[in-house]
Amino acid sequence: MLSFVAQRIVKGVVVLLAIVVMNFFLIRLAPGDPAVVMAGEAGASDPQFVQQLREKFSLDKPLPEQLLSYVKGIVTLDLGFSFRQQMPVSKLISERIGATLLLTLTAFAISLVLGIFFGTLAARFAGSWGDSAITAAALVFYATPIFWLALMAILLFSVYLGWLPSFGYDTVGANYTGLAYVGDVALHLIMPAMTIGLFFMATYTRMTRASMLEVKRLDFVKTARAKGLRDNVIQRRHVLRNALLPVVTLAGVHAGTLIGGAVITETVYAWPGIGRLMYEALLQRDYNLLLGVFVVCSAMVLIFNLITDLVYRLVDPRIEFAS
Amino acid sequence: MTAAPAVSIKNLKIALPKGAERPYAVDGISIDLIPGEIVCVVGESGSGKSMCAHALMGLLPDTVSTETGEIAFNGGNLLKLDEDGWRDVRGRHIAMVFQEPMTALNPLMRIGDQMMEMFEAHNLLTPKERRAKALGLAREVGLPDPERIVRAYPHQLSGGQRQRAMIAMALALEPAVLVADEPTTALDVTTQAQILKLIRDLQRRRNMAVMFITHDFGVVADIADRVVVLRYGKVVEEGTAAEVLTRPQHDYTKALLAAVPSMHPPVRAPLEGREKAVEVIGLDKTYVTSGGWFKPDRSVRAANEVSFDILQGETLGLVGESGSGKSSVARLVMQLIKPDRGTVRLGDSDLTKLTGRALRIERHRIQMIFQDPFASLNPRRKVGNIISDGPIAHGTDAKVAMQRARELLGLVGLDAGAMERYPHEFSGGQRQRIGIARALALDPEIIVADEAVSALDVSVQAQVLALLEDLKARLGLSMLFITHDLRVAAQICDRIAVMQRGVIVELKPTAQLFASPEHPYTRELLAAVPGQSAPPQAA
Repeated sequence: MLSFVAQRIVKGVVVLLAIVVMNFFLIRLAPGDPAVVMAGEAGASDPQFVQQLREKFSLDKPLPEQLLSYVKGIVTLDLGFSFRQQMPVSKLISERIGATLLLTLTAFAISLVLGIFFGTLAARFAGSWGDSAITAAALVFYATPIFWLALMAILLFSVYLGWLPSFGYDTVGANYTGLAYVGDVALHLIMPAMTIGLFFMATYTRMTRASMLEVKRLDFVKTARAKGLRDNVIQRRHVLRNALLPVVTLAGVHAGTLIGGAVITETVYAWPGIGRLMYEALLQRDYNLLLGVFVVCSAMVLIFNLITDLVYRLVDPRIEFAS
Repeated sequence: MTAAPAVSIKNLKIALPKGAERPYAVDGISIDLIPGEIVCVVGESGSGKSMCAHALMGLLPDTVSTETGEIAFNGGNLLKLDEDGWRDVRGRHIAMVFQEPMTALNPLMRIGDQMMEMFEAHNLLTPKERRAKALGLAREVGLPDPERIVRAYPHQLSGGQRQRAMIAMALALEPAVLVADEPTTALDVTTQAQILKLIRDLQRRRNMAVMFITHDFGVVADIADRVVVLRYGKVVEEGTAAEVLTRPQHDYTKALLAAVPSMHPPVRAPLEGREKAVEVIGLDKTYVTSGGWFKPDRSVRAANEVSFDILQGETLGLVGESGSGKSSVARLVMQLIKPDRGTVRLGDSDLTKLTGRALRIERHRIQMIFQDPFASLNPRRKVGNIISDGPIAHGTDAKVAMQRARELLGLVGLDAGAMERYPHEFSGGQRQRIGIARALALDPEIIVADEAVSALDVSVQAQVLALLEDLKARLGLSMLFITHDLRVAAQICDRIAVMQRGVIVELKPTAQLFASPEHPYTRELLAAVPGQSAPPQAA
């Protein structure tokens, strides 16, 4: 197993480097010159100042040279300097990544637990009105755009009911400490996490339901019945475990993309995560920051893929390590 | 034997859902299962034999319902039981072994755990005792290295070992009745012989009543004490094995027995002086599964120095068990996969040297008929298109190709109306005829038939074999006939090549191979063919 992990890490690093190179060029293909944007914002648009800015940030060097120094930086975990924010990119990202991980992992957990629960329930009572209700609700959440769901949730829970805060990570100026602070963050977390969570929950519900109904028809379920096992044992041990295999695959794909997928939610709820950071960097042509966010997101995808593969190998003995 | 029956099925009627091809799946069947006796329930697909087995376990699908009848057991009627009552019976008093041991075992659970579930289901023994019992059972059914096997997952076992594990599981609680639903159909012939012997031995040792469902009269001859022949859900004949097999009364039984291919090859026309239609020289093919960066690759040698000729008008049989490489050889000959080394020559052209367009042009000379008549026809295309697609791809005018398709349907015994219909509207045998028509559409010189009759009922199988023989003679075809069934091979092949682990171990004229097999593996295969002790009467 160790050799499998080592091998995957080596491969992951190679993939990451390829992504860095591609993104590096891709960003520079987009129209717009960061030096011009910066000079414009500084109120000085004379060519000399722009040229100065270019030299300051090495934007005047040939592209391969810029790439080489960027890659060299990454190897030493230096993601460069953000011209706009006047701060190292790694510092900017590390300040924000905690909030994003909190949001996305909470959303992920909610979606998996609720999705599998409702999917199992729907499959168990397939064809009943309960099944129809769950399937219909899943379809609604699946089809609703996240930003709209977010806005409606704010309207309902913040504006009309006044139960939940409508934006931010914590209450500004409240200076809570200890448990009170945790409670405050949790309160702020509920809506954004549910907004993302409900969308993914819908896919897991549908997947779990379909997969369970398929497994139910397989021969080994009949064997289990022929043993005289109780129905709930059969459902849990024989049906659910086998039915979860495709759900694990899907969840693995989602887990990697969740971080990038939080952009909309973070923007609507003013959640100080890297999704919003990326959004700002994009508008400001902040090349280094944007690239930095991409690198971190790519690394996350790779890490979650590795975790998925490990989990998959744990739940399915037919897949052997390093094969 | 006059012992009291362990289970009596009395006048059982199982209704099919409305709109089915007949009202009853099982139509008034009565069968007694007596301790110490094996009753073989024989019939073709759709005869209702599996329904009977499932009714005994209370495992009928939701779509059917038992209308009348009784299953008498232990002084009660099983059909009156509720789900809790059934759960108590299942596994403990009546146990079942299924056809396909790979799918009948949970792939995510260890063999030992699945065995232990039998005790758990009925709240018997402590976990530790269950483990010890599982080990003992594994030993009793002759699983090698039981300590390792109980910790293994199903995919780590061979087909025969999996079926032994299933049998061990079924016997765990010493049931009075064992229901075996085609338990050897998915197994190789040598493995089948071992499993039949195992069931026989265990049944005697434990004085069980066994209901053995099968479609194979060879198996019946080997294992049955009593035989019940079913057709369309009704019993057409019943009696001791000797009576039914040697003096069948009902016409249907006679027809079924007559359709079983005999082990005695018929006399065939001599082949001297014929030209070679296909020349296969030194084919090598090794499949390599990449082991990753830190593990060695795993390789399987599917074909090892395989050489043979097929003469014009000859049928060469390629027999062997699963994994012997016979299907790989078929695909190599067809150039569906490329060999590592070796040559396939049709007349004067070397197929292995051709690529791209040149190969595509030559492909029409050699065509294939597949095993599974359901999977081998595109369900979304009409039969007329399925047959004419090949010729049209080779440049024939669409109208001409369609006309030819109509003629071909006539040739294989279907009417021209089939052109406008879809594959699902046909039975298995009819579909196989469509598959044959499709192969013939390109006017091939050689037909490769890969287990082409294995999925068919014995009576249909006989018809398709006769059709193949007839077409071969009429159209002057040569044939590579791949089969695991030596009885079929005996009837249709001029010569037979026996394959084992990628190597042809023996190649001889059919009569000679059956009369004096030389290689130990050939002898083993021949000895394992079921039903030789009491050969059914051949037509």
